[in-house]
Amino acid sequence: MTYTQLAVTGVIAAVVLDMVIVRTQLLRRRVFWVSYAIILPFQLMTNGVLTGTRTVRYSGDAIIGSSTPANARPAFIGDGRICYAPVEDVLFGFALILLTLVMWVWLGRRGVQRTPISSSVGRPLARLRQSKSSTSSGDSA
Amino acid sequence: MAKLTYLAVLTFIVFGTAWLPWATGAVVWRKLRRLTLALLLPWAVFAAWDVYAVRTGHWSFDSTKVLDFRVFGVLPLEELLFFIVIPVASILTLEAVRGMRGWAVGDEQ
Repeated sequence: MTYTQLAVTGVIAAVVLDMVIVRTQLLRRRVFWVSYAIILPFQLMTNGVLTGTRTVRYSGDAIIGSSTPANARPAFIGDGRICYAPVEDVLFGFALILLTLVMWVWLGRRGVQRTPISSSVGRPLARLRQSKSSTSSGDSA
Repeated sequence: MAKLTYLAVLTFIVFGTAWLPWATGAVVWRKLRRLTLALLLPWAVFAAWDVYAVRTGHWSFDSTKVLDFRVFGVLPLEELLFFIVIPVASILTLEAVRGMRGWAVGDEQ
């Protein structure tokens, strides 16, 4: 199989695991999509460094776009690439992240170190947000 | 210095995410057992995929931009660390969002 086919297969497998097999159904939760929206730009940036510097090089036989050139950077966008990386990498990353989070939530659901969910120690960002919105987080301070 | 390229990217991700529990009240680092177990399957699946991809020629690594350690014959050490660093960063992000917003992730009772 090509990288394109494997990447699509990987996403489908992770989605089926989440929605049907273990039924964590993270894909239906806002917390997952907000987390993914935070992760994706950082993925594009860090993966862009690895692919733009040609630390990782791709074969045109395996991806939608053409091979990483021998003596120049690949396209920043276009030719099947986004931020220098093959678009397949976005699917690869999505499958890796979803599989990991499904395992994490599934283990918690089965009682493996499920609690404490939050700690009142530290959390300057959470406190900042609370003082702005002047709402209680619900846990005992 | 170029040989540290990949390692530098991984270090950036670690420093960019490791502090999230402290800042948001999320509890992750104290759940080392759950963290380790959660990583096993993704690590094995994606490392196997990686070995297949390199052997088949889907992608390759510039040996001047990675350290000289090779695992399973073909993978730079950094690539195996990647499959630890990225899953941990994902879990830290999910728990940070939960810590900030209080949204359910599905393991609540």
